[in-house]
Amino acid sequence: MRREAKSRRLGPFHAPDPVQTEPDTARQAGAGDRGGMEEKSRWHRFRRSEAFAGLTLISPTALYALLLLVAPLATILVYSFLTDGDTVTRIVWEFTFENYITTWTQPIYRAVMMRSLSVSMMVTAVTVILAFPVAYYVSFHVAPGRKALWLFLITIPFWTSYLIRVFLWKVILGYNGVINSGLTSLGLIDEPLTFILYNVNSIVLTLAHAYAPFAILPIFVALEKIDRSLLEAGQDLGESRLMTFWRVTLPLAMPGVVAAVLIVLIPTIGDYVTPQLIGGGKIPMIANLIQSQMLDQDNRPLGSALAVSAMLIVTVVALAFVLLNARFLRVKK
Amino acid sequence: MNNVPQAAAPAPIASRPTMIEFRDVHKYYGDYHALRGINATIKAGEFFSLLGPSGCGKTTLLRTIAGFEDISSGAVLIDGKHMVDVPANVRPTNMVFQSYAIFPHLTVEQNVGFGLRREGGTPAEKARRVEEALEMVGLKGFGKRAAHALSGGQRQRVALARALILKPKVLLLDEPLSALDKKMREQMQVELIRLQRQVGITFILVTHDQEEALVMSDRIAVMFEGQIAQLADPETLYRRPNSRQVANFIGVMNFLPAKVLTEAAGRIAIDVQGLGQTEIDATQAPGAVTGGEISVGFRPETLTMLYEGQTTTERETPGTIEEVVYYGDMTYYDVRLDGVDSPVRISMRNVFGRPVLDIGTRTRVAWSAGALVLFR
Repeated sequence: MRREAKSRRLGPFHAPDPVQTEPDTARQAGAGDRGGMEEKSRWHRFRRSEAFAGLTLISPTALYALLLLVAPLATILVYSFLTDGDTVTRIVWEFTFENYITTWTQPIYRAVMMRSLSVSMMVTAVTVILAFPVAYYVSFHVAPGRKALWLFLITIPFWTSYLIRVFLWKVILGYNGVINSGLTSLGLIDEPLTFILYNVNSIVLTLAHAYAPFAILPIFVALEKIDRSLLEAGQDLGESRLMTFWRVTLPLAMPGVVAAVLIVLIPTIGDYVTPQLIGGGKIPMIANLIQSQMLDQDNRPLGSALAVSAMLIVTVVALAFVLLNARFLRVKK
Repeated sequence: MNNVPQAAAPAPIASRPTMIEFRDVHKYYGDYHALRGINATIKAGEFFSLLGPSGCGKTTLLRTIAGFEDISSGAVLIDGKHMVDVPANVRPTNMVFQSYAIFPHLTVEQNVGFGLRREGGTPAEKARRVEEALEMVGLKGFGKRAAHALSGGQRQRVALARALILKPKVLLLDEPLSALDKKMREQMQVELIRLQRQVGITFILVTHDQEEALVMSDRIAVMFEGQIAQLADPETLYRRPNSRQVANFIGVMNFLPAKVLTEAAGRIAIDVQGLGQTEIDATQAPGAVTGGEISVGFRPETLTMLYEGQTTTERETPGTIEEVVYYGDMTYYDVRLDGVDSPVRISMRNVFGRPVLDIGTRTRVAWSAGALVLFR
């Protein structure tokens, strides 16, 4: 009785409750078909479940991710265990650990990997340290009505392509670039400054600029979420502005800082364009090495092993960072 | 209303030393004149309330004491010292914020001990002080809990302990009870009174709840539009409000139009619509009545409805019941007195055996001239 009432309430657009139809079908088809019937009703139940609706909704994205992310990754993973062939055969389908052994024992690969890590860590440190005051200023000192404008202005550099922005830094920093020619014409220097081009400094500078908004925005969001009365409470309890910042603002902004660090660190480890253009190809990072193995040397298995190793290292670094900061990330829950 | 015994005052308020003094305090936000010449003194150990509707400047005034707002002109003195250029973190005040402002990244004991960093003492001593403070607000054993896992009432207690542990000269409370439900609020009112008596610190409470102010305070400043309309003890405020605005804000008051007939020797003869001619004491006109057209106010409980056969030694006026609102312990009647334009509200306690009357019943209302208040 209760069930009937329920299905009536659901209206004509809902399939009848499968359990309710069971006596009818059992009488007509006999006991033998019961198993099939139950399976069918399970399918019906699934069809109407929230999980099904959710899966249906994400299926285009899921398919896209599967085809363009998982499949290439799997290919790289498989390649990394194969043997390099000659120019004709390209690869030989023979399982080997040789590529990994090369990657992890040859000094050149280790050195480049270490350089990638140290450059990206420097970039992260510079970016986050420079981004924090900007985010702080926008969050605490810009009138609420103007914050949107400020954020909009911060994103302006993104209106041009990454490649062009990197190239412009070359124009600014180069031998005959804006800085050197400017300083020369002012008579401040005789020789062009060389420490700002084709070295690690210039790579760090360029990448820090390119990733600045990625660091500013999460820190800004974290700062915006801080209840301003907490800062007054800090001062009310006897702490100066600086100590209140240290004891209240900074710990509460940590989730944003952690997000900023991860967002900057992970992509900069594998950056390809900046070392190529700004570094003048003389100080390759891991991405440049992978490119050269894959295309110039035509050694795809070794290139794949380098790529997989780099991914593993990024994963380990990121996980270590997240675990270290788990205390801060728990704060807002 | 809570049946809280009034503070057994160790010394009358007036004879105690001054803790806070406002001297012609003005505050502008751009063109907006938020505080318009505040003059008041708050005594040491007093439970003082700033009462008023939202936007009246009561919170702004509290924040000038805490040091979160600069004043545009005038002076704020705490314990005899000018507070100009004294930043919030070195003022001898602590605040319980409306949102409680509990640090979400710290535990209960870290919150309570937050202000102890700058004070001397060993970690063990500090831990003991935190424990004592928690015990004082009834949160013994809660120290290790995360602050975000607390209920509203518990957060409030943490905020109280955090402020009181520093032994401030003045504790500022910014609508501390507004976020609690009615039962919890009444319980906290009693606890706050008990705490204030126990620690003897000057408490300044900002509230828009007139009942809360009446229950808790030694004295109340009623504020409207950036000015103090009346500053008095709860009883004076209730019985002798100095303006219709104050009378309306605190409790219910009936008003009837009246005329001043004569004024002589501290007595005022008046003619009140519906009630007729009567004479009152000059103290019943706290707002300086000048004569002519005025109004007379009286509280619902100062009137009594007479039942069949009942007589009174006081004056009585006939009328008709227009509305009956039953509250359980009380019944509110709206009675239109004969010859009066609008009905007056009368509250009657539902004592045993007293019937609740119906709409339309003819009745007689007894009143006393001593309960009337004159307004301009």
